[in-house]
Amino acid sequence: MADIAELVRLLKELEDDLVSCTRCGMCQAVCPLYGETGRETDVARGKLVLVENLSQEILDDPEAVKERLDRCLLCGSCAAACPGGVPVLDVFLKARAIITGYLGLSPIKKAIFRGFLSNPDRFDSLMQWMGRLQGPFTRSVNKTLGSSCARFMSPVIGDRHFMPIAAEAWHKKAHRDFTEPRQSGRTRVVFYPGCLVDKILPRVAEAAMEVFAFHGVDVYVAAQAPCCGIPALSAGDVKTFSHLVEKNIRIWQDLDFDYLVTPCATCTSTIAKLWPAMETYITGDSGKIRDQIPGIVEKTRDINAFLVDVMGVQAKQSADSGTVTYHDPCHLKKSLGIAKQPRTILAASGSLQLSEMSDADRCCGMGGSFNLAHYELSKKIGAKKRDAILATGADTVATGCPACMLQIIDLLSHAQSKIRVCHPIEVYAQSLRQTAGPARAENQK
Amino acid sequence: MTDKQVVRRFEQIVGAENVMAAEADRQAYAYDAAVLDSVVPALVVRPETMEQLGQVVALCNENGLPLTVRGSGTNLSGGTIPSSTRSVVVVTNGLARILEINTEDLYAVVEPGVITAKFAAAVAEKGLFYPPDPGSQAVSTLGGNVAENAGGLRGLKYGVTKDYVMGVEFFDVNGELVKSGSRTVKCATGFNLSDLMVGSEGLLGVFARIVLKLIPPPKASQAMTAVFDSVEKASETVSAIIADRIVPCTLEFLDNFTIRTVEDFRHAGLPVDAEALLLIEVDGHPAEVQEDSEKIQEICRKKGAVSVQAAANAEEKDLIWQARRDALPALARLKPTTVLEDATVPRSRIPDMVKKIKEISQTYNLDIGTFGHAGDGNLHPTILTDKRNHEEYARVEKAIDDIFEAALAMGGTLSGEHGIGLAKRKYMETETSRGTILYSRMLKQTFDPKNILNPGKMIGE
Repeated sequence: MADIAELVRLLKELEDDLVSCTRCGMCQAVCPLYGETGRETDVARGKLVLVENLSQEILDDPEAVKERLDRCLLCGSCAAACPGGVPVLDVFLKARAIITGYLGLSPIKKAIFRGFLSNPDRFDSLMQWMGRLQGPFTRSVNKTLGSSCARFMSPVIGDRHFMPIAAEAWHKKAHRDFTEPRQSGRTRVVFYPGCLVDKILPRVAEAAMEVFAFHGVDVYVAAQAPCCGIPALSAGDVKTFSHLVEKNIRIWQDLDFDYLVTPCATCTSTIAKLWPAMETYITGDSGKIRDQIPGIVEKTRDINAFLVDVMGVQAKQSADSGTVTYHDPCHLKKSLGIAKQPRTILAASGSLQLSEMSDADRCCGMGGSFNLAHYELSKKIGAKKRDAILATGADTVATGCPACMLQIIDLLSHAQSKIRVCHPIEVYAQSLRQTAGPARAENQK
Repeated sequence: MTDKQVVRRFEQIVGAENVMAAEADRQAYAYDAAVLDSVVPALVVRPETMEQLGQVVALCNENGLPLTVRGSGTNLSGGTIPSSTRSVVVVTNGLARILEINTEDLYAVVEPGVITAKFAAAVAEKGLFYPPDPGSQAVSTLGGNVAENAGGLRGLKYGVTKDYVMGVEFFDVNGELVKSGSRTVKCATGFNLSDLMVGSEGLLGVFARIVLKLIPPPKASQAMTAVFDSVEKASETVSAIIADRIVPCTLEFLDNFTIRTVEDFRHAGLPVDAEALLLIEVDGHPAEVQEDSEKIQEICRKKGAVSVQAAANAEEKDLIWQARRDALPALARLKPTTVLEDATVPRSRIPDMVKKIKEISQTYNLDIGTFGHAGDGNLHPTILTDKRNHEEYARVEKAIDDIFEAALAMGGTLSGEHGIGLAKRKYMETETSRGTILYSRMLKQTFDPKNILNPGKMIGE
């Protein structure tokens, strides 16, 4: 599409959502980016105005609008707090797709999304190579956190403190079929690790498997782990997005299972909220892929919510062996309303006292590709999170999203902190391990 | 100076990163929360120090550039919409420091861009109380609150912003700093320019610093609700409470349309058949709170309330105020465009006003939900519409005319707390007089000979 009339026509389809913004400006109170910059184009109200003006040809600079639309964490804080209920994220993602369709995808994004992300095997091999080659170029900086930094000046890494890439994607060795017959009555779960857990934080997946085993859940792990599509969608590349949704659905469509469980807040909200909201872009198998989305959404659960709401895990009286503080990932709390369950999982460990940080649901500043494009801003937003974590004096910080984990590791590593960063499921799995013998026997009776 | 040279001068004053000249940036400063046409300014500047602010104002005046000060752009009467496409918008959120909270002398000094709710929280942390709580307090700035004389839910007992302004420092059009008022309770020094500046809507000067009064917080509070089958009974109850020498801190009213909409939205079990709901809170010394709340419940029953309920704990109290907080969001979701008015009448005329609004909604076939501050007669008739429907919007404009006409006929006022701005300037003369407009214009002409300060607002040109 290179026709501006077509751009305008497609943007006009967003009109009903755009006019529902009353310009009250309440989004300014919650936007983490606006909190740093104070610029109206950084907050939802300003961005919605620009999209509307572009659609009404009051503004004829799609590039300027795209540049401003892309400065957004997609945390959804604005949508969650919007008095008028404007579906801000849906509008932003659709507008990004439409404008990208007009301007075209940048060559580098095209190479990454079309060349690698949309091809899971090739993506795995790339990550595997990077995992093997990273050694000489990086060095460990923080033993508690396990973080590394670049050994030499690197334009891509900058001064980030990051977790090394796993030598092998987790799902490759973890692939497994259901082991019990349907009639066994066991809950059947398709476990979807998500790229970050699969390739950078496999320890979270290992913990999840221990917990599933303890609760007698029958687990399926696919031989391929295609991305949920969010990086492509947020870059406006709906072709790759649609392709990835199709790849995933084709893996699941012939399986007989009860729940699709992920330990990644962003994957959960992408599948449960964005797949249906963006279904017009999902074109595979002449619409048959799209038709399966409602069925998938119904089965999709965040792992904390699955354990508490489905398996009935309950909080326990806690022995005082340390304190943990919990950060609410935007994609769990603001997108899905999941805030109690991860805390219940932490309390179910029976070992750590929960010490709440101030503004636990304030965005950590990661925002996926936002961190890559705007590292300095991301760091500034993160500084508030870092200070809130340090103020609790907790020795562990838990959060239900691997992307938030990576951001918090970077923040704490720079602060030379010895606070452990983990997923609630890791805390829970650890407690099961400690009381494994008798409890497991009890559970399996 | 050429346009380019002027932009360079602004950049020299505030730094290039604080000057926005790109079309896409300027379009994001063309509106506020009022349902009015946008006006794209020529330039947006964001000073970060008081000195920069003074220089920006002076530079605008030298070049005859109209200037509109903008905090968070939440104004409901168009006060922060640029006056013309030649306007410079001066954003104050770079001037957002709380300079002092004095717990001995009970005052605070702030820059104009400080967010109201953040300030109130900082004051509360020091064990003191800043009562004004406009509906937009989570985002509104104190500079905007003073410029518009913002009110809020606590107006009945605690007053509005003007009751807390002890002093102001502001720049005149030449960038000279003018100081008025002081940090003392008493002050008889010079003209009382602070009071003149409150509610001046950016027409007379640009705030640099504000001195605000703080008070000790109440020790206890009690919230309650009363359900009525007629607006008259609810209104008589309001009058009876005041007549009994009780001044609740908050006394809010929801009409049937609003009750039903909030219930659809929240499902909190509101009485959808009720014609009116009063939400009442008293605060003060625990013994006084106890006594007053019992008296109020008795008055409600005596005046024919269908039911009266006091909050037994913090959660129940929160539930009561949640209903009030939900009123606007719930109404706003019904239709794309929400026109929120704030015509205010003497409190004894509330039944007449509610009845009149109902008539108007029938005459023009419009959805209007009415809620608001019954204790001070400040109602918020909220018209739900779709501005794209030109035929309907023409009826909305007629309905607004009728609402103001009715309020004025009852001895009320055009605006309780939103200000006049662009939206209500055409009614100004009806409420006041020709002389008032001319006098105000002479005043402005003296302070602002080139008419650069938010020209066209409130008193026209």
